[in-house]
Amino acid sequence: MVELIAKSALAGQGPITLAGLTLAEVDLGQVTSIAPYAGQEKALAAALKPLGLAFPKPNELRAKGAVRLAWTGRGQAFLIGAAPGDWAEIAALTDQSDGWAALSLTGAGAEDVLARLVPVDLRGMGAAARSSLGHMGVILMRHKDGFELMVFRSMARTAWHEIEAAMKMQAARQAL
Amino acid sequence: MRITCPLCGPRDRREFYYYGSEDYLTLPEGEDFDAIDAHLHLRDNPAGEVRDLWYHEMGCASWLRVTRNTVTHAISGVALVADVDASISAKMKPRGVRNEG
Repeated sequence: MVELIAKSALAGQGPITLAGLTLAEVDLGQVTSIAPYAGQEKALAAALKPLGLAFPKPNELRAKGAVRLAWTGRGQAFLIGAAPGDWAEIAALTDQSDGWAALSLTGAGAEDVLARLVPVDLRGMGAAARSSLGHMGVILMRHKDGFELMVFRSMARTAWHEIEAAMKMQAARQAL
Repeated sequence: MRITCPLCGPRDRREFYYYGSEDYLTLPEGEDFDAIDAHLHLRDNPAGEVRDLWYHEMGCASWLRVTRNTVTHAISGVALVADVDASISAKMKPRGVRNEG
């Protein structure tokens, strides 16, 4: 029997600190896309209740302990850090766990670095947003003293490179 | 240029993809090939208010109907296509039993 080794998208890449900010890879655990079928919103709300979560409104993120439910599009949210229930009759459930790479950017001024890449006014951003990071699609989530970002797994290194370059520019600006 | 997505709020133009006139929402019925040809190729080019389809590609993935003035460039309205035309969203609803086997 072959033993498979699970590797993260940025395996071998340690955290970096520049301009007082830290960029690190995050293991989000299980991620599932939940898209309620037409007319099943109430049934899904009832199904989510035992988890202490409600389906998020646009730009919202619901959290209960380590489990999060982030809005990711029209009629769609990502359940992060927990397995979905037996909800296949009321919502389209799609496992996304290995499809995305997650990064965290923490520290004072994280908005200033991301502002170089993301065309959203981050000061007024809600708890979650779907936007672009350069030319890549990104899911942004506010987290502790910064942000967590999700990009398609195939773009993990490009995203890391872009953010690192923006952090370097921010550090250079601070050094002036 | 910014478009205020009904779901996401004000967003940069880079997040959107332009599709074309809202005429694309009304597909001609039957096999009237002249009507289909006109539907595909013939467009007015007015100086003033137009209604276009935009796709919030880098955002919530909604189709939007944007009312825009070609003279002033002002955007006076943005609506979800799903709300504008119930017959279209009805066509997109899943039908029948979903989980067989």
